[in-house]
Amino acid sequence: MADGTSVPIGVMAPGRPTAGRSNMRRFAQRRSTTGFLLALPLILLVAGFVIYPAFYAIYLSMLNKKMTAFVGLGNFEFLLKRHTFQLVIFQSCLYAITSVVLKVLIGFILAHLMHNIPGKNQRIWRGLLLVPWVIPLALSTLTWWWMFDPSYSAFNWVLNQFGFANVPWLGVGWTARFCTIVVNVWYGTPFFMIMYLAALKSVPEQLYEAAAIDGAGAIQKLFFVTLPMMRNIISITLLYSLIVTFAEFDIVRILTAGGPQDMTHVFATYAFQVGIQSGDIPLGASDSLFMLPILAFAAFFVLRGVTKRTKEIAA
Amino acid sequence: MSATTADRRIAVAAARKHSLHRSRMWALWGSYAALTVFVIMFLVPPFYTLMTSLKSSAEISAQVGSPWLVRHPTLENFWYLITYPNFQRYYLNSIIVTVLTVVVSMVISVLAAFSLSRMGFWGSQMLSTGVFLTYLVPPSLLFIPLFQIVGKLGLINNFWCLVILYPTLAVPFCTWIMIGYFSSIPRELDEAALIDGAGYLQMLWKIFIPVAMPGIIAATIFAFTVAWGAFLYPLAYLYTSNQMVLTVGIISDLIRGDVFQWGKIMAACLLASLPPIIIYAFLMDYYVAGLTAGATKG
Repeated sequence: MADGTSVPIGVMAPGRPTAGRSNMRRFAQRRSTTGFLLALPLILLVAGFVIYPAFYAIYLSMLNKKMTAFVGLGNFEFLLKRHTFQLVIFQSCLYAITSVVLKVLIGFILAHLMHNIPGKNQRIWRGLLLVPWVIPLALSTLTWWWMFDPSYSAFNWVLNQFGFANVPWLGVGWTARFCTIVVNVWYGTPFFMIMYLAALKSVPEQLYEAAAIDGAGAIQKLFFVTLPMMRNIISITLLYSLIVTFAEFDIVRILTAGGPQDMTHVFATYAFQVGIQSGDIPLGASDSLFMLPILAFAAFFVLRGVTKRTKEIAA
Repeated sequence: MSATTADRRIAVAAARKHSLHRSRMWALWGSYAALTVFVIMFLVPPFYTLMTSLKSSAEISAQVGSPWLVRHPTLENFWYLITYPNFQRYYLNSIIVTVLTVVVSMVISVLAAFSLSRMGFWGSQMLSTGVFLTYLVPPSLLFIPLFQIVGKLGLINNFWCLVILYPTLAVPFCTWIMIGYFSSIPRELDEAALIDGAGYLQMLWKIFIPVAMPGIIAATIFAFTVAWGAFLYPLAYLYTSNQMVLTVGIISDLIRGDVFQWGKIMAACLLASLPPIIIYAFLMDYYVAGLTAGATKG
């Protein structure tokens, strides 16, 4: 502590009160300057690679394909009239909503099952259940692709053993949609499980005891104790996952690349195909901007939920 | 008379206790059974990856018998990959990109979290909220304008662009976790340090970082996970094999036209998943604690 920084408080505070006050102000000023400088890298990173690109995307989306002329909202109009894009909107919503609902349900069930077993065994089971979520998604999706292989694949072999015909898993529209959702649920459920398990553990035991004394059964305990206590965390995880799933890219890109007949494209994969592969950057930018209203809507409620939750915990 | 009622009451109580015990046992074994089913379902793909990776190309293309079992296990796929220069290149690139991303992200987010949790400056409250909102911005929203920006920087098909871009994915959440951990450190501790004459950086280094070590580990694992597994940015910005990282390298290199060398692909997936699996095996508790704290505490 013998370096040059040891001047401010220790020496001056016991001295004259006026000098002390001006020193305090200088101290506060220096504190906020240091604070700003420490946060500066973060501000620059976010400004340069998140905020600037976001506005740049809006600008790009209003140019023509060669990026020479300004076309206003022409790209958006063009997209909305296109049948493929109408499919994209429908599929993105279907994909996100179905997967998120399934993930919430299965995650909730799993968390309850985990909560039932004794604490010392939970660690190993949690470890096993977290495996899907630990493997990088792009790589595990490759395995799924191989398992969905039409000719000699894992699933079709099992079906054949039971006397069913081969299913062209990724070759037919609705089956392919189903497959993408299955992979997403497989990957995302563990996240919900650990979130809900943590939330379940934070529900005070006395509440259940009080409910039991009042004669509540298991289902009543679930609906009148567990769910109200977990309402906030459920809504936060649900909306957060809605954002992530809605903007999902890896699974659809690897499994089907949008096919068959564009029946599995979601916003992200379609933007990639149009913007990067076909080189129509403005159209791709306007395609991904369509996600913005839905994301902003969900983000607003996530933020509100988190603030509320923070206050609850602080109280 | 009174003795018999008392006896009966005891008997009834014992029976009830017994049935309660039995129903608890049922719930316990039921839970174990259901969990086993879920674990089997969840572990099918990794198991299948392992099985396929141990098969020779001949065994896969023969298409006889159950694809779930391996008859003549061989390590030839792994050997091929370990000695394959391109695969070594991807692995090395992944390691370089991940290590640099983790270092850059952690420096930025620890400094920012320290400042945001302790030193109020004009707009710091707004910045905290902004950081959380940035966390909610998905990469698929920005990859097209970033393509133009990366192009202007002259970094297309250069893995250094990932070192610049990955921190945007990792830093917001890391900062968010670290703000939570730093805020839980009592203020008396930094007042004591200030009175003893410590500077801010000294305070951060000697008090905040050691005390918030679990949070730092959690944030580091998060940054690692993001950087190791990201797929969209490298797919969009890299196209020659000397620049690729594992996630895109495996897909573009081992799939040539319609020829799928599934044995090698699966072995590559296994090798590429190894670092995250090892890290999680040892540090899962920290990560889970950080993650749940991040979502519930703030």
